Amino acid sequence: MLQFSLRKKLYFFIYWLQEIGEKLFVILQETGGTFILLVDTIKSFLSTPLRWKETLNQMQKCGVKSFPLVFLTAIFTGMVLALQSAYQLKKFSALQFTADLVSLSITRELGPVLTAMVVAGRVGAGMTAELGTMKVTEQIDALKSLATDPVRYLVVPRVVACFFMLFILTVYADFIGIAGGYIVSIFKLGISSDQYINRLFIALFPKDVFTGLIKAFAFGLVVSIVGCFYGFRAKGGAEGVGLATTMSVVVSLITIIVLDTFFTAIFYFIG
Amino acid sequence: MATHELVRKETPFAIEGVKLTKSFGDLVVLDEMNIQIRRGETMVIIGRSGVGKSVFLKLIEGILRPDSGDVIVDGVTINNLDEEVLNLVRKKVGMLFQGSALFDSLTVGENVGFALFEEKQLPRPQILEKVRDKLKLVGLSGIESLDPAELSGGMRKRVGLARAICNDPEIILYDEPTTGLDPITADSINDLIVRMKQKLNVTAVVVTHDMTSAYKVGDRIAMLYDGKIVGIGTPDEIKNSKDPVIHQFITGSAVGPITDKSRYLINSENHNSH
Repeated sequence: MLQFSLRKKLYFFIYWLQEIGEKLFVILQETGGTFILLVDTIKSFLSTPLRWKETLNQMQKCGVKSFPLVFLTAIFTGMVLALQSAYQLKKFSALQFTADLVSLSITRELGPVLTAMVVAGRVGAGMTAELGTMKVTEQIDALKSLATDPVRYLVVPRVVACFFMLFILTVYADFIGIAGGYIVSIFKLGISSDQYINRLFIALFPKDVFTGLIKAFAFGLVVSIVGCFYGFRAKGGAEGVGLATTMSVVVSLITIIVLDTFFTAIFYFIG
Repeated sequence: MATHELVRKETPFAIEGVKLTKSFGDLVVLDEMNIQIRRGETMVIIGRSGVGKSVFLKLIEGILRPDSGDVIVDGVTINNLDEEVLNLVRKKVGMLFQGSALFDSLTVGENVGFALFEEKQLPRPQILEKVRDKLKLVGLSGIESLDPAELSGGMRKRVGLARAICNDPEIILYDEPTTGLDPITADSINDLIVRMKQKLNVTAVVVTHDMTSAYKVGDRIAMLYDGKIVGIGTPDEIKNSKDPVIHQFITGSAVGPITDKSRYLINSENHNSH
C-alpha cells in the first residue's frame, strides 16, 4: 500500500500524462484533417469545373483588398532594413552594400513571410469566420442537403484564389520592399541611385527571387486550407466561431514559420 | 466501405431506420433505434431537446452517418454510399432546417433556386419561373431580390421550405418548423406543412417538441426517448397513451419518469422549502 502523498503524486503524474496525450491526439487529428481537406480540395479542383465567378470574387477579396496592407508592410520593412543594415555597414565603410542586404532579405525571406502573415491575419481569419458562421447556422449542412459538395462550392475557389494571389502579392512586396530601401538609401544614406540599382543587379540572382516565390505558393495553400479547415470545424455559436478563428490564425502563423525554415534549409543545402 | 452503385429494393416504406446507433464522443444519442415511415404519411417525431431528433433527420439526408445500423431511403440503403451517389438520393429529399439555414451571401431567389442553378439542367428563365411558383406555394411573392437578412423568422422558414421543395422532392424533412415563432406564425407554418402534403403528395418527417403542431400535422406520432422510439401511433392514440413517458411529455409535466439534472435541482430546492 502506497503512502497517501505518494499516491497523490502518482495520480497527478497520470493526470499530466493524460493531458499531454489528449493534446497530442487533438494536434494529430487536426493535422490529419487539414491534409485530408487538402487532398479533397485538389481532387475536387481536378475533377470538377472551377466556379470562375466565385474564384474571381475571392481573388478580389484576398488579393486586391489586401494590397494596401501588404504595401505598407513591405515599404516600411524595406526602409527599416536599409537603415538597420546601414547602421552596421557604416562601421566597415561598406555602405554601398545596403542594396545587397535589402534586396536579398526581402526577396528570399521577408517578402514572402511577411506577406503570408498579413494575408493569414486578414484573409485566413476572414475565411474561418465566414465558413464557421455558415457551419454553426447549418448552412454547410444545407449545402449538402441540396446535393452540393461544400469543398467544391466553398473551399476550391478560396484556395485557388489565395494560392495565386499570395504569389502576386509577394511579387509586389518584393518590388515595394526594395523600393523602400531605395528611398532611404537615396535620401538618407547618401548612396546614389545608380549605385543602388547597380548593386541590385550584381547581388540579386533569379534563384533568390524564385525560392521566395516558391515559398509564396506554399504559404498561399497553408493560409487558405487552414482557414477553411478551422471554419468547417467550428461548433457552438459565436464563441465557437471566435475560437476557430483564433486557432486558424495561430496555426497558420506557426505553419508559415516552420515551413519557411524548412524551405530555407532545403534551398540552402541544394544550393 | 463506400459503395458506388445505387441498389434499390421495392418497399412500402419511404424511410426506414434499422437499429440506428449514433453517438458523439461518450454521448449516445441514438441507441439501436428502429422506425418505419410509410409513403405519403406525415410522421411527427417528438422528444425533448437534445434527444437526437435532428440527428435522425441528418442521418436521412446523409449529412451524418450512423455508427451502426441502416438508413433506407426509398429502398436505397444510404449509409455506405459514396458522396456522388448519395447526392442522387439527396435530390429526392428536401430539408427545412431549424434556423432556416438560408445562404446569406445569396438573394432569396438564388437561395430558392440553388439546387437548380447548381445543376445547370434548366435554362435560367425556367428556373426563375420555378422559383416564383415555389415561393407562391409557400405564400410569398415578389421577394426574390431581397437578402435573407431582411426577412422575419416566419418568412425565413417559408423561404427555407420553398428551397427544400424546389427540386420537387418525394420526402420533406422539417427540423423544428415552429420553434422560435409566435403562435400565429407557427400555426400558419403548420397549415403550410399540411398543404404541402395535400398538394405535393409527399412523405414528411416533422421533428418537434411543439405538441399543438404535432397533433395538427401528424398522421402518426413517434416519441423518441433515450435513443429509442418508445411509442408510435396516431395523434389520438398518443393523446390517450397510458405510457408514463409519453404521458409526461405530452402533458408537459416536470414530474414523471423523464428526469434530468436541472429537474433534480428544482426538486431538491422544493424539498428544502417544505
